[in-house]
Amino acid sequence: MSARLAVLLTLIWVSLAQAQGFAGLGSGGDGFATPRRGHVLSFPVDHGAHPDFRIEWWYLTANLTGADGRDYGVQWTLFRTALSPQDGPGWSSPQIWFAHAGLTTPDRHFAAERAARGGIGQAGVTADPFEAWIDDWQMAGPDLSNLSVHAAGTGFTYTLDLVADGPLTLHGDRGYSVKSETGQASYYYSQPGYAVQGTLSLPEGPVQVTGQAWLDREWSSQPLAADQSGWDWVSLHFDDGTKLMGFQLRQGSGAFTSGTWIGADGVAQPLANGALQMAPLSWHKVAGRKLPVSWAVRLPEHGIDVTIDAVNPDAWMGVTPPYWEGPVRISGAQSGRGYLEMTGY
Amino acid sequence: MMYRAALSALLSHWLRHKVQLASLLLGLALATALWSGVQAINAQARDSYDRAAAVLGQDRFARLTAADGVVAQADYVALRRAGWPVSPMIEGRLRLGEDTWRVLGIDPVTAPKGVAPAGMRASAADFAAFIRPPGLAFGAPETVAALGDQPGLPPLRGLEGALPGLLIMDIGIAQALLNMPDQLTALVLPPEVGAGLPPVQTIASGLVLTAPRAGGDIARLTDSFHLNLTAFGLLSFAVGLFIVHAAIGLGFEQRRPIFRTLRALGLPLAALCLLLAVEVALLALVAGVIGVALGYGVAAALLPDVAATLRGLYGAEVAGALTLSPAWWLGGIGIALVGAAAAAAQSLWRLWHMPILAPAQPRAWARASARARVLQMLVAAVLGIAALALARWGQGIVAGFALLGVMLLGAALALPSLLAALLAGAARLARRPLPQWFWADTRQQLPGLSLALMALMLALAANIGVGTMVASFRLTFTGWLDQRLTSELYIRAETEDQAVQLRDWLTQRADAVLPIWSVERPVLGAPVRIYGIADHQAYRDNWPLIAAAPGVWAALADGSGVLVNEQLARRQNLWPGATLALPGKAGLRVVGVYSDYGNPQGQVMIGVDLLTTLFPDVPRLRHAVRIAPDKAAALAREVRAAFDLPADNVTDQAAIKAFSLGVFERTFTVTAALNVLTLGVAGLALLLSLLTLAQMRLPQLAPVWALGLTRAQLARLELLRALMLSALVLVLAVPVGLALAWALLEVVNVAAFGWQLPMHVFPADWLRLGALALLAGGLAALWPAIRLARMAPADLVKVFAHER
Repeated sequence: MSARLAVLLTLIWVSLAQAQGFAGLGSGGDGFATPRRGHVLSFPVDHGAHPDFRIEWWYLTANLTGADGRDYGVQWTLFRTALSPQDGPGWSSPQIWFAHAGLTTPDRHFAAERAARGGIGQAGVTADPFEAWIDDWQMAGPDLSNLSVHAAGTGFTYTLDLVADGPLTLHGDRGYSVKSETGQASYYYSQPGYAVQGTLSLPEGPVQVTGQAWLDREWSSQPLAADQSGWDWVSLHFDDGTKLMGFQLRQGSGAFTSGTWIGADGVAQPLANGALQMAPLSWHKVAGRKLPVSWAVRLPEHGIDVTIDAVNPDAWMGVTPPYWEGPVRISGAQSGRGYLEMTGY
Repeated sequence: MMYRAALSALLSHWLRHKVQLASLLLGLALATALWSGVQAINAQARDSYDRAAAVLGQDRFARLTAADGVVAQADYVALRRAGWPVSPMIEGRLRLGEDTWRVLGIDPVTAPKGVAPAGMRASAADFAAFIRPPGLAFGAPETVAALGDQPGLPPLRGLEGALPGLLIMDIGIAQALLNMPDQLTALVLPPEVGAGLPPVQTIASGLVLTAPRAGGDIARLTDSFHLNLTAFGLLSFAVGLFIVHAAIGLGFEQRRPIFRTLRALGLPLAALCLLLAVEVALLALVAGVIGVALGYGVAAALLPDVAATLRGLYGAEVAGALTLSPAWWLGGIGIALVGAAAAAAQSLWRLWHMPILAPAQPRAWARASARARVLQMLVAAVLGIAALALARWGQGIVAGFALLGVMLLGAALALPSLLAALLAGAARLARRPLPQWFWADTRQQLPGLSLALMALMLALAANIGVGTMVASFRLTFTGWLDQRLTSELYIRAETEDQAVQLRDWLTQRADAVLPIWSVERPVLGAPVRIYGIADHQAYRDNWPLIAAAPGVWAALADGSGVLVNEQLARRQNLWPGATLALPGKAGLRVVGVYSDYGNPQGQVMIGVDLLTTLFPDVPRLRHAVRIAPDKAAALAREVRAAFDLPADNVTDQAAIKAFSLGVFERTFTVTAALNVLTLGVAGLALLLSLLTLAQMRLPQLAPVWALGLTRAQLARLELLRALMLSALVLVLAVPVGLALAWALLEVVNVAAFGWQLPMHVFPADWLRLGALALLAGGLAALWPAIRLARMAPADLVKVFAHER
């Protein structure tokens, strides 16, 4: 999931580094709070925003099947970034909000983005009752287990209802997730098990859909290591009810890998560096770049040896900054569906 | 070879008549200079307006605004949350000391590309500094320099190409600076808005969509001013062309023998005409270059005054330095060529139709047919009817100027017939032969002089009209100032705390301490200054109301009524009986309208209690103090000493009056300058016409000389004739000028500035102008007369021997 950290940081990094001066950004000495190992997350408070941390997101991906039998994918993401740890009222708030929405069909891909200032009500997140919103896009509960999600962009609209009955998954050490060998970390938890039904509005007309969705919550203040060039991240729903979140951080010729195995009973097991193996199988040219849209994913300790293939290899998010994000099909020893995100290509 | 010889023969004329050449070049150059100078000023101003509109994105983006000018920030959020991709904007004026600066607040996160000026985009590194207090303000380098390190402003940064006087900053910083928390003035829409959005009205009622337009509000507001300048430029150009026409006519007349000789030597007529056209074009080119250079000088000299006027009257910022495009230079030279062609057309036309060996009869053309004069008179009558219709039914500034145009043109066309009739009458009254000859000869000269006399009349009428308008305005203005400046001292405290002490201190020493507290807020879509006034006899006695409902002052004191200034009343049709909504309070009764000259903006007065209730954070620094006039100076000294106030903070009535009158005079500097130049040009035109005639009239004068009149007597008669004609023109110009003044005061002023003025007549000024006109006419005639007086008798005798 740290790929999203990269997305966000490339977005704001230059301006932050210069605006904030050079006061020890990596160490948190600039006044932002930093994640601590052993900190106990508390809900529903932690579903809300953490303005004393520099960056944060609410990241939803959904694998859907239409009444027409086709595969669809939906992405809804709200980012928060703080220009300063000192809050202020109204426009003086240092909180800046960004959002990306994506809708993927087997042959089309739609993307849209939004941006807003904090402090005036145009965007924000409340924990209880849960609501995350920016402009007319929203993801609102009564609580995190019962959400309705809406976004619209040029050529598409979607409105989904989400219900989760399983527990939250805390990644890493009870939600303290290490991001590099040099110790950068974030708080990171997920709700991986939503059942979804809703409507997609496409230029051809509305489509009723059902499926499953995965929500990620992550916040941190620390930048990435300088030699980290890009990320490949997956969230996979296997047909037997087990799930896998995994990512690799590409670093020179090697990679730092991490992830979480979630049993059918919802019990999570963190994966050590190197446990997950990801290898590109075939490449596809999109938006002037070549990206691997088919991967071999292996997790020997859980008997996983699968191939994942993009439902639509052209699922390019042409937003600021651009990246690839779209639904995948799982085949091989296990089958299922999931989401793939790739940055830095 | 032949052409070269012919051309040099033609051109040699100008070498022998250097004064004539100079006056031709001068006339054309002057006409071009005035015209292109005015064009330069207008172009500069328009450029500034366009840049202003571009800064606000008005030229590219549609916008939502509210009728009362204030868009609630909550409406912005509601629209965003309904899916409308609007971006907030706040615009207002910030008063610092004596100067007012325009503040523009934008939200860089939602602003469509192109709302922020180029150059701001590059500094992504400043994003956090821009939006986080204390913020970052961008302004033109001269604005930044002028502001220096003024306290209370965000850090400033120069931005090339920004409008002078404008500061661009983050929306939140601007809200705080303008003291308009949670308020916006407009919402900007990107070029493309998705379909299927709910109607704006269902989310935020009262918002109005405005399509993008170039130039923006300021261009519309100042249109009348520029039309005014253009009209003057055109008038000057037309008057200048009279000179050119006269000079070219003279040059052609004097060269008739050369033409005849050249034709006799075999030069084809077409070639001769072509050569003359080339000659005129060459002269026009030279004059055009001189004229454009002069025009640049005129524009550069007048621009500071024009800029000051535009700033003072309309709050429009115009850059003080001229930047002119090549199109302007070429346009100036082009207009010189067109003008010369128009002026030379008649002479060339006559040459074309002249028989090859015609014993040059220069007087023939001068004997204009009576038919032509009847035609002129008919056109003049039609124009007169049109003027009456325009005066009766015309509306707006364009109709106003059309009225001026047809009136002047009609009067000019009617002039020869009127003069002819007057001269015919005089001739009938004359009994002795010499007067009879004098009148008859004058009448006979009339066609040759009529163009110059028309120019003189236009110049005189414009002088009388504009002079009357300015003088009426000045009289009304000073009377109004006397009325309005009721207090003896005006004192501004430095801080709110000091103001409280100051009020205490003054209350013990003065007859009354009246607050002058105000805020600027959008009312009916435009920034309006809202004053709160105390309930005091001084206002009841003196305030210049032009319309009032019964119980006006009581309604003001109890907070139920408002006064509006004349501009706002006329613009929005707010007369006693109407209601007005101010930010925070609707349904206020308009109980009176007061005159408020020299202020382009709407203004509203409410009771001071209502002001402090509606706008609790209104700055409470300025006060008017009433005290016996003989004690005012002493109190001023005391208050300065007691509160350690800077000299500027304590002003007396006289100083304010002097300042206001200074601003007033400056406003009309340009008008006065163009006026004087036009009169000068008309005088020059007359001189040249007389010179032309003097040359041609020798055959008429020689017999009179031969009959016994001395050359000196003849010269005196010539001089007398010029003076008499100038006087007649002046007499005829007075009613035209008064009609012009009426049109300016009743039609143009109301449309352009929003105030109506009573017309005052100043006959003493006409006497001065009359003296000036006689001087111009006399000076113009002096030289030809002296030449006649000194002419060798042999030249006169020669007339009888000469075949012409």
